[in-house]
Amino acid sequence: MFDEVRGALEDALNKVIVAATLDDLRLVTSDVLGKRGALAQLKAGLGALPVEDRKAVGQAINDALSSLGTAVESRRVALSDDELSRRIITERLDLTEVTTRPTRGHAHLVTQAWDRLEDVFMGLGFQIAEGPEVETDFYNFEALNMPHSHPARSGFDTLFTDYRQLRADDDTATRDDSAVLLRTHTSPVQIRVMQSVEPPIYMIMPGRVFRRDTPDATHMPVFHQIEGLVIDRNITMAHLAGTINAFTKAFFGGDFTSRLRPNYFPFTEPSAEFDIQRPDGTWIELGGCGMVHPNVLRAGGLDPEEWSGFAFGFGIDRMAREHHGIDDIRDMYSNDIRFIEQF
Amino acid sequence: MRIVLSWLNDLVEVGDDAPALAAAMTQLGMQVEEIVHVGSTVDGVITARVLRTERHPDAAKVHRVWVDAGDGVERHVWCGAFNMQAGDVIPLATPGTAMPDGRVIEPRPILSIESQGMLCSAHELGLGDDHSGILILPNDTPLGVPYGVALGLQSEVVFDIDLTRNRPDCWGHVGVARDLAAHLELSMKQHTLTLDARGDERSANVEVVDGDRCPRFTTLVLSGIQVRQSADWMARRLRAAGMRSINNVVDVSNYVMLELNQPNHAYDLDTLGGSGFRIRLARAGETIATLDGVERTLSDDDLLICDANDVPIGVGGVMGGLQSEISESTTVVALEIAYFEQTAMTRTMNRLGIRSEASGRFERGVDSHGMPQAQARFIELLRESCPDLVVHAGAVDVVDDSLPPQERPVGVRVSQVNRILGTTLAADDIIRCLEPIGYVVVDARGDVLTVNLPSWRPDSTAEIDVVEEVARHFGYDRLGSLVPNSTMHGRLSEYQHRRRLLREILVGLGFNEAITDSFLSDATLAAAGLSDDAIHVTNPLVADEDVLRPSMRPGLLKAVAFNESHRRFGMSLFEVGHVYPPGDRSTELPPEYEGLALALAGRDATAAMSVWRELVGSMGFGARVDQGTVPRGLHPTRSATLSIGRDVVGAVGEIHPTVLENLGVSERVAWLELDLSRLMAITPKVPQWKPTSRYPSSDFDLAFVLDDSIPAERLDKAIRQGAGSLLVDLSLFDIYRGTGVDEGKRSLAYRLRVQASDHTLTDVEVNALRVKIVALAAKLGAHLRG
Repeated sequence: MFDEVRGALEDALNKVIVAATLDDLRLVTSDVLGKRGALAQLKAGLGALPVEDRKAVGQAINDALSSLGTAVESRRVALSDDELSRRIITERLDLTEVTTRPTRGHAHLVTQAWDRLEDVFMGLGFQIAEGPEVETDFYNFEALNMPHSHPARSGFDTLFTDYRQLRADDDTATRDDSAVLLRTHTSPVQIRVMQSVEPPIYMIMPGRVFRRDTPDATHMPVFHQIEGLVIDRNITMAHLAGTINAFTKAFFGGDFTSRLRPNYFPFTEPSAEFDIQRPDGTWIELGGCGMVHPNVLRAGGLDPEEWSGFAFGFGIDRMAREHHGIDDIRDMYSNDIRFIEQF
Repeated sequence: MRIVLSWLNDLVEVGDDAPALAAAMTQLGMQVEEIVHVGSTVDGVITARVLRTERHPDAAKVHRVWVDAGDGVERHVWCGAFNMQAGDVIPLATPGTAMPDGRVIEPRPILSIESQGMLCSAHELGLGDDHSGILILPNDTPLGVPYGVALGLQSEVVFDIDLTRNRPDCWGHVGVARDLAAHLELSMKQHTLTLDARGDERSANVEVVDGDRCPRFTTLVLSGIQVRQSADWMARRLRAAGMRSINNVVDVSNYVMLELNQPNHAYDLDTLGGSGFRIRLARAGETIATLDGVERTLSDDDLLICDANDVPIGVGGVMGGLQSEISESTTVVALEIAYFEQTAMTRTMNRLGIRSEASGRFERGVDSHGMPQAQARFIELLRESCPDLVVHAGAVDVVDDSLPPQERPVGVRVSQVNRILGTTLAADDIIRCLEPIGYVVVDARGDVLTVNLPSWRPDSTAEIDVVEEVARHFGYDRLGSLVPNSTMHGRLSEYQHRRRLLREILVGLGFNEAITDSFLSDATLAAAGLSDDAIHVTNPLVADEDVLRPSMRPGLLKAVAFNESHRRFGMSLFEVGHVYPPGDRSTELPPEYEGLALALAGRDATAAMSVWRELVGSMGFGARVDQGTVPRGLHPTRSATLSIGRDVVGAVGEIHPTVLENLGVSERVAWLELDLSRLMAITPKVPQWKPTSRYPSSDFDLAFVLDDSIPAERLDKAIRQGAGSLLVDLSLFDIYRGTGVDEGKRSLAYRLRVQASDHTLTDVEVNALRVKIVALAAKLGAHLRG
């Protein structure tokens, strides 16, 4: 009887060992360990044995089943490993054989610069105001200390519209400051902010502006500016210099510096031009700034004896051009996908 | 303004370190654009004698010239000017010479005959405007030497300064000199001159009719004049400053203007009708021939200088007439120096389109009290070339009440200077900044300084103007640098935040952002199928591009067409920008809103709908999709308006095929446009947390046959209603028309996923849902596809 058990075990072990695949092994396993397997048959025949032999033979059969189980498991592990290895080898990919590409789009360079500028100024405690692109003469000029005969107006190459408000009462139709034009700068938003918000004011005002300028490599008739306005008690020109400098370092980098030099704008006094110095010592003329002119504060409904402030402004497109080394600003407005995809 | 260094040194000893002076000027607000060396000789140009000239039968416009540059070698050059003859000494640019205009002289052959250089005109050598012929040098000029050496030329250093509007005084050298002197702590050389009128009384009488337009008019008669060439130094300085040398009288007049910013005019008294002046407004339609030879028609807002017989001889402050010029035979002149009212004069200047040296200065502002000094300087300079000059008694000075007073005191608070500049200056510090530039402090009481504003600074009128002068001369770089303690919190508004989110989503979805023209032509408007009721620009840059865009549609479609022309198809573009829709003109400003527009080239309307739905989901937008109302210019059977209540807030669908053809787009284009100002004005609900179920979900498909006239959206709704809260996902995955489905109907196949939050759904429950959904769908006439 023990021989039969041993024989059945050996026979079964052989079958397990020769199983070449996991599928084979599965068949073999059900064959040798199943109800119709030789060992199971032997176990079923135990009852026919004399009582004194049953225990020993039963023990032998159980041992045989147990070692067979172990053998099946180790064979299964071996075959799984083989199969995985084969699969891994056959699945090899050349990672440079790429046929698809992601379809990410691109924000406009103006948007990219705009957002970065906003982020930097938010870090300096500024909020963001916007205003209409079509403006009245009052907001674009008059309130900014440029009354109708002001010669500085001629420097703006203003585009006027045929829009006139229809009113019954009407002397306004002929009034100079009700003329409707395309804003030549973002400064009218200063007045709108002053009229609608109580100081303290720490605002930047980005937006699209318009000039009657023939497009060339450095000019577009439609471009974008960002303007800053701070109005609070005891704001001095030192705060202007400090803010410009903080912006310079935050936006361009810690090794950039800034300077102010005298300039003239009707809406600020004293007025200044601000220049940024690159680490290599060269300068970029960036924009204009100054202390808000008392007449502008008054136009915004603020008492210049109570409040003081400064304003600054520069071109957003210009920043994008500087940043990416773009020679011709017109390319930025070509909407040519070959340009857009570069950034 | 061109400022000549040697001229500055006549006024104050500033030295000759041009770069350092340029830096100082820039620091004072006089931005030096360029330092130019005028009259420096061109290396490689030498003197040579013409040996002979000869025409070539095949060359009509040039002739052959043989020259000797002193070395006995005959050189041949082709020349296009014919004003030289054998024996003349001329400047020869030898091959390799870099000319001032950037040309490099090469031995370029004509008719296969080489030219060994080029003969030069005065203009080509930067010696003046004369380019009528080759410059002929004195006959005894040595040969083969640099022409500059032969001519004894001296170069001048010139600063090209970009002057701001608040520095009219710097349109005269003395203004720049005064600022530099103060900055460098130097003293101005004294030029206090007095009129020494020794001649008998002889006047050029003046009648000013419209005094408010000509608040001051002075005349002074000078005789014993000989009209001749100016001295070299004067001609050279004038040229360096950008003016031509004419004769000694005209040159002195210009010199005084460039030095003192005091435009003036010398009239030949013998030819001046009635030997006097009458200043009056023109009659509408009155004409005058100005110095530039143009016949001008005037309005009754233009000021005329007439002779005593009322014959116009000049437009006040703008330009002289043809008749009054100095001639070679002039011996007696009436020197006129006047002050014109700025804004009216500027109107005339702009109306006539004349920007002369004089009118530009009057427009910016001249010294209303500088006439005596200008007269004295004129006499001093003219006497150098006219030793017999006689200054006649009887000078006329007609002053109107509207002339700005010489004394213009303004109160300046020390505390205000410090409040604006952030400084801690004392009264004395402020005085030290102001007095060297002529802002004289006449009184100091407590906090208030009384400052007399100088008459040459008409831009200065108020306390704040003086604060700026203090800042300039104290030094902008010494004002300190402080970061204000903002009491505000830097943040984006809800709208700005959501606009950024919107852009990020679109970029993530593969859209590229465009910025298209704000201006359109009426033709483009019509081509894009848009209403012609739009706002127009009255003075457009390009004549027919005068429409303010009511939509971004034409711009984006043009961008699609442009990219198609470079074989880039299937573009997805979007733009966020302001548009200007037609309105009823009831408001001060026309309607204007920020919109979003997007175009999907090569895709159909459903692509636009899927983007709209994505935005609805991610942005919390909402609007009714109404395919019954189709916006203009969109595909009539593939488009819909988006509306909230009665307000249209956008459109979705596809561009009309005719519009595509009109704008040169070859692909079909899916389209979505939104009024962000309205859609984003509604703050969306913040999504609230819903627990996800731990129990398994069940999927099943339902294919309905539904009449084409009923939108799929209604079936969607029926399914959602039937499935109720158990529905976790619904997708339309197949649409079929054709065999097996009746004509005029289509099969819509949906996949549903249902799930309960508290147990595993049983087959019985799922079946009950199906039955309910099918029943609801049946109300729309939909039945399950067999």
